[in-house]
Amino acid sequence: MSTLTVLYAILFYVAALILAGGLAWRVWSWFKTPAPLKVFLSPAPLESTGAACRVMREVVLFESLFKSSKWIWILAALFHASLAFELLVHLRYIMVPYPAPFALVQAFAEIGALGLLAGIAGLWARRLLIDRVRYISGLSDHLMLALLACIATTGLTMRLVAPTDIVGVKAFVLGLFLFDWQPLPGDFFLLAHLFLVACLMIVLPFSKLLHAPGVFFSPSRNQWDDAREHRHLAAWNAAFDAARKP
Amino acid sequence: MAQSQTTIPVLEEHLPIPAVAEGALSEPRSFVAKPELQAKLGFPGELVPDWEKKAVDKLEELLGKYRGLRVYLDICVKCGACTDKCQFFLGSGDPKNMPAARADLLRSLYRKHFTPGGRLAPDLVGAKPMTEAMLEEWYTYYHQCSQCRRCSLACPYGIDTAEISMAAREIMDCIGRGQKYTNEIIAKALEIGNNLGMKPPVIRNTLEGVEEDVEDDTGVAVKYPLDVEGADIMLVVPSADFFAEPHIEGLIGYGKVFHQAGLSWTLSSYASEAGNFGMFIGSYENMHAISNRIRKAALDLGVKRIVFGECGHAWRVAYSFLNTLAGPWDFLDPRYPVPQHICELTLDLIERGALSLDRSANDERVVTMHDSCNIARASRMGTRPGGQFDIPRAIIRASCNKFYDMHPDTIREKTFCCGGGGGLLTDELIPVRVAGAKPRMQAMKQVMDRHGVNTMVAICAICKSQFTKILPMYGFDSDMIVSLHQLVGNAIQLGAKE
Repeated sequence: MSTLTVLYAILFYVAALILAGGLAWRVWSWFKTPAPLKVFLSPAPLESTGAACRVMREVVLFESLFKSSKWIWILAALFHASLAFELLVHLRYIMVPYPAPFALVQAFAEIGALGLLAGIAGLWARRLLIDRVRYISGLSDHLMLALLACIATTGLTMRLVAPTDIVGVKAFVLGLFLFDWQPLPGDFFLLAHLFLVACLMIVLPFSKLLHAPGVFFSPSRNQWDDAREHRHLAAWNAAFDAARKP
Repeated sequence: MAQSQTTIPVLEEHLPIPAVAEGALSEPRSFVAKPELQAKLGFPGELVPDWEKKAVDKLEELLGKYRGLRVYLDICVKCGACTDKCQFFLGSGDPKNMPAARADLLRSLYRKHFTPGGRLAPDLVGAKPMTEAMLEEWYTYYHQCSQCRRCSLACPYGIDTAEISMAAREIMDCIGRGQKYTNEIIAKALEIGNNLGMKPPVIRNTLEGVEEDVEDDTGVAVKYPLDVEGADIMLVVPSADFFAEPHIEGLIGYGKVFHQAGLSWTLSSYASEAGNFGMFIGSYENMHAISNRIRKAALDLGVKRIVFGECGHAWRVAYSFLNTLAGPWDFLDPRYPVPQHICELTLDLIERGALSLDRSANDERVVTMHDSCNIARASRMGTRPGGQFDIPRAIIRASCNKFYDMHPDTIREKTFCCGGGGGLLTDELIPVRVAGAKPRMQAMKQVMDRHGVNTMVAICAICKSQFTKILPMYGFDSDMIVSLHQLVGNAIQLGAKE
């Protein structure tokens, strides 16, 4: 067992723990915080199913973004669809056996990566070229794009220029799940790719990438409009009723 | 005064997105509340010792109370979709009036104290500690947000800057830095029962004057009752309706509607205010106290229904929060929604044929409608989503012959704030109000040029006051802005149903 394998195995266990723990901590903090006032953005659905559909339209179709900014929508849709596609491509490293229908996506893996890079480039260009977006962009916003661009580039390089031993990679990944460590191929682009992915897993729960789980908790979108029909009390504001005369 | 230095924007055919102009609106600053005033609202009179830490403590308290605040501080990706949506940015180019940048003023403190990234690498994520400079920026720019929620509509995650600016104002109040204009009004509402501080005899006097005027005008003795026990309906109006123009024309219209429909109604001197400025400063305590005057008045007068007059933020508090703040309403007639908007009541009467309206009475008017932001994006009327747009328009169409909507990107849920909402309706903020009004003025000018529009209807006391002041500054006639129930009042044929 090489030192490299041990280091990467530990890195991924730590990254996975931070990702799961950090996300759970953040989501729990949202979940336990009450939403004592109805602050749906109207016109809003009148029932819970309508509100659930509204949230799903935001998650799947980016509905509000489509209405408010076509350019960001196009670039964001390209980026997120490509990212989702690449996650699908990478399922082959954790699925045993690997079903034949899933393998079909492999033929388009490079296109997915190029789409991802194009999306990143477009979003980055907006950040640099449009004065308003440049103003609100911080260092972390640029670094996040850089991180994603590097992950996509190293992955694409392995596809096109410097292939790695993917059978070895799969053995390593499965070994992590089974706590039966297998040697990790020592190729530079693979090591860089995996290191950057681990970095992404670590920063996710503490960064703006929280928008992914956060959109489900946004009261302006997930509340339904029954404000006149029902009171909406949390423990802290219910206490006001007791202090009230009559 | 600030007014003389204000440059009035030139209106073009289309509204341009301005280039970023740092500091364009950094000067206008609303007056700070004096210690005596702060005390009336239960806030410290001036900056408390250790206020930097107290601000962080208050933020922590609010993070535990409002899920929206916590989520919205966490999830902004700085995509930029909101950056060209705020009327105060569109009218000025000041980048701190871009919603994401405005929210960042508070977010930087949140990051510093409540996120690992902000603690470990503050420069990387824009985390900053509370300082005098930060407080100054908060005070300036959180009083340039009218809490209209246009940014929340544009945001892919629904991030609502209104929630953030309310939290920032509450933090400032709690460390001793309140805004004079809003807090003065809250103090009057709490002490006297309305934002203008009109005592019961004054209100009674005014209403008697209104009765005389209406009788002189129409020959019909329409009553404007005050504090009548046992009336069926308690009408709660913004106190501007008692005296300001064009608000009072709306009040006259409500009375004519009730009169012709034969409804038993009353106003209350104890709850003589529909508005609730407690919301503007995010103060649940003050919002609760003001709301519960309405509950008490309804109980004391023994009414069966509560109806609200034309007021934007009042209707947000009434529609979305009143049940929570002052309910349950089990003592009222369950056949009617609580509260009900006057527009819901009026349209229902029109549809049932209870009102006799002659549209031609308003034939000199070519009408458009300004949707008030709080009604549009934070409430509803009627039984269907969007009733808050369709019901007032149906009343307008029943009251006049010539109606044209403004550009679709400037009405309904995409409407602009008038530029004076959310506690900005004070003279020292005139430059901000002029900038904020620009998108609406541009859209209005377009329908004036195309269709000869000469009248703009609003159903909000703040919109009416703001436009009365701002229209002439843009070279328009201040009489263009009217109450919806002014049109109804004009069209109603009082003799017809006697």
